[in-house]
Amino acid sequence: MTTKITLAKGLNMGLRKAMEDDPKVLLMGEDVGKLGGVFRITDGLQKDFGEDRVIDSPLAESGIVGTAVGLALRGYRPVVEIQFDGFVYPAYDQIVCQVAKMTFRSQGKIRMPMVIRIPFGGGIGAVEHHSESPEAQFAHTPGLKVVACSNPVDGYWMIQQAIAADDPVIFLEPKRQYHADKADLDESATPDPLFSSRVVRRGGDLTVLAYGPTVKTAMAAAEAAAGEGKSLEVIDLRTLSPLDMAPVYESVRRTGRVVTVHEAHVNLGLGAELSARITEQCFYSLEAPVLRVGAFDTPYPASRIEEDYLPDLDRVLDAVDRSLEF
Amino acid sequence: MTQQPAGGNPGFGPDLVEVFGPSQQDGGPELVQLLTPEGERVEHPDFSFDLGDDAILGFYRDMVLTRRIDTEATALQRHGELGIWAQLLGQEAAQIGAGRALRPQDYVFPTYREHGVAWCRGVDPLDLLGLFRGVDQGSWDPKANNFGLYTIVIGAQTLHATGYAMGMQRDGVVGTGDPDRDAAVVAHFGDGASSQGDVNESFIFAASYNAPVVFFCQNNQWAISEPIERQTRIPLYQRALGFGFPGVRVDGNDVLATYAVTQAALQRAREGQGPTLVEAYTYRMGAHTTTDDPTRYRLSDDLERWKLKDPIARVEAYLRRNGIADDDFFAGVQQEAADLGVRLREGCKALPDPAPLSIFDHVYTELTEELAAQRDTFAAYLESFEGARA
Repeated sequence: MTTKITLAKGLNMGLRKAMEDDPKVLLMGEDVGKLGGVFRITDGLQKDFGEDRVIDSPLAESGIVGTAVGLALRGYRPVVEIQFDGFVYPAYDQIVCQVAKMTFRSQGKIRMPMVIRIPFGGGIGAVEHHSESPEAQFAHTPGLKVVACSNPVDGYWMIQQAIAADDPVIFLEPKRQYHADKADLDESATPDPLFSSRVVRRGGDLTVLAYGPTVKTAMAAAEAAAGEGKSLEVIDLRTLSPLDMAPVYESVRRTGRVVTVHEAHVNLGLGAELSARITEQCFYSLEAPVLRVGAFDTPYPASRIEEDYLPDLDRVLDAVDRSLEF
Repeated sequence: MTQQPAGGNPGFGPDLVEVFGPSQQDGGPELVQLLTPEGERVEHPDFSFDLGDDAILGFYRDMVLTRRIDTEATALQRHGELGIWAQLLGQEAAQIGAGRALRPQDYVFPTYREHGVAWCRGVDPLDLLGLFRGVDQGSWDPKANNFGLYTIVIGAQTLHATGYAMGMQRDGVVGTGDPDRDAAVVAHFGDGASSQGDVNESFIFAASYNAPVVFFCQNNQWAISEPIERQTRIPLYQRALGFGFPGVRVDGNDVLATYAVTQAALQRAREGQGPTLVEAYTYRMGAHTTTDDPTRYRLSDDLERWKLKDPIARVEAYLRRNGIADDDFFAGVQQEAADLGVRLREGCKALPDPAPLSIFDHVYTELTEELAAQRDTFAAYLESFEGARA
């Protein structure tokens, strides 16, 4: 039996399931209680699980993550919501110096089973600091795992898997997809492992690597390219740290061409790391340099021109053409 | 020169001097003291020391041994056996009083200077040296003694303490009335940390949730070279009021008073009455760490004045004057200290360097494929050298 759900609903159902399965799972963040979060991801959970398990926090991100460290040390599995990507930086020390290193510095005596949920990416016409893509900062930090969901069904499964993981997970949610497309969820299905990437469209001419909000862009580009007789393979990376490169290498060895797509800045973004690894491992299979499509290396602009800033279907197709013509 | 609070501000209410009095060289009239620097017991209307002389003998021994750990570690650093050492000289009473007020089920979040509290918790002092020698980043098991790992980033641990206390609330171990069950947390920090956002956020979270945490600030007057006046314009303990919980200033060189005040604050927390800020007014008689040179920024007069308030000497004076301890007792403690020194000296030099490949251990709970590949490559690289050590 399947249910039609949005990404917001999938995450909400996944959080509910995780809380039902494990009484140690706690949610904490700004406005996550009665309001259900500014995006309604925690809608109805405080009503059903109480204020001790769905905790409205003071407006202090370092405080949220820092107290979550203490809760994790006490044996809880805190799931904290950072209200918007641009608000995560006050918690940066706690995430990078404390959360990420606790297992390592204690030589495994301490575990940090914490999930830090961050709505990320742009495209919602927001004011500044509400449309950022900070994933590379966290993927660059040993000790953290970083994943990004791209669709409602993954949202449902991946949030549960992240909560069950014993390592801290930065969980990125493409906010512009929250209430967009619906998909069929079969709760009896067996999900893919959390730290695995997935081929979401088969093709033979070129491999497009995307995650989070750009998976939809890549799929649209592949559809458009198909109309011109070009066959694109699309991989939803899903896990950004660690990267699951095996399906990528397999694909690149068939297609010989790669375009990476993310909303984050191109300079030192995930695309750069993907490009380096592909070059190291698939050098003799490549027919063209790995091309990167992403945001320009500027601060996020005013929202009326954000669609010019963000990688869209045409910019992906432009890169595809440049690769194929190389 | 001591910076005075700002003068009168017509239209903005009373000035700070009017509210809080002049600069308090001696901790001010609000200082809770139960044993004077001369070794005389005094009464306080709100706090009393309710243990017997045996406990005071124990505190004396704790302080002497803790000081020995400190002087031995300082010497080991001078001999190149430690990379650095954070000295606690002069803060023994604050730490032993706070440490002995704990029950087994309580939990402590230290900075990197709580060697005396570690001693009270049963952490082997040799384990403290590993971090400073550079062979590990804290080797004791926090769960074994309810004593967290040292935290280097200033103030970060106060939030961990508050979250841990919130966990205790959820576990139903606060305010049950069962003394063997009710628990609380002590968050250690210093006067410098009181300026950190994390410390202020921890006050807000603890107050908001009424969490069972005692914020124990050792105000040793100096954050490396910066005097207390750079951090605060009012006595630190008075900040608590603005956050909505009580604050107390205690003579941090008086082990009886720090015990009594911490015990009362812990009991309050265990009973579900929420957080307390304890400001232990003390003095860092040594340097910030062994890399620091306090002669560049503070007067030797200050140090001489504080030497008269030595936390150990006043207990010895009390014990001798009242015939509670004889020469044999003091000689016995000194011998114990000497033995501990030998053990630390020999143990420190014998601490093994970690194996290079251990770099990859425990980054995650299970080794990732990425790191396994890096480790294997590094192992092969090491083995490629003649006389490889991997």
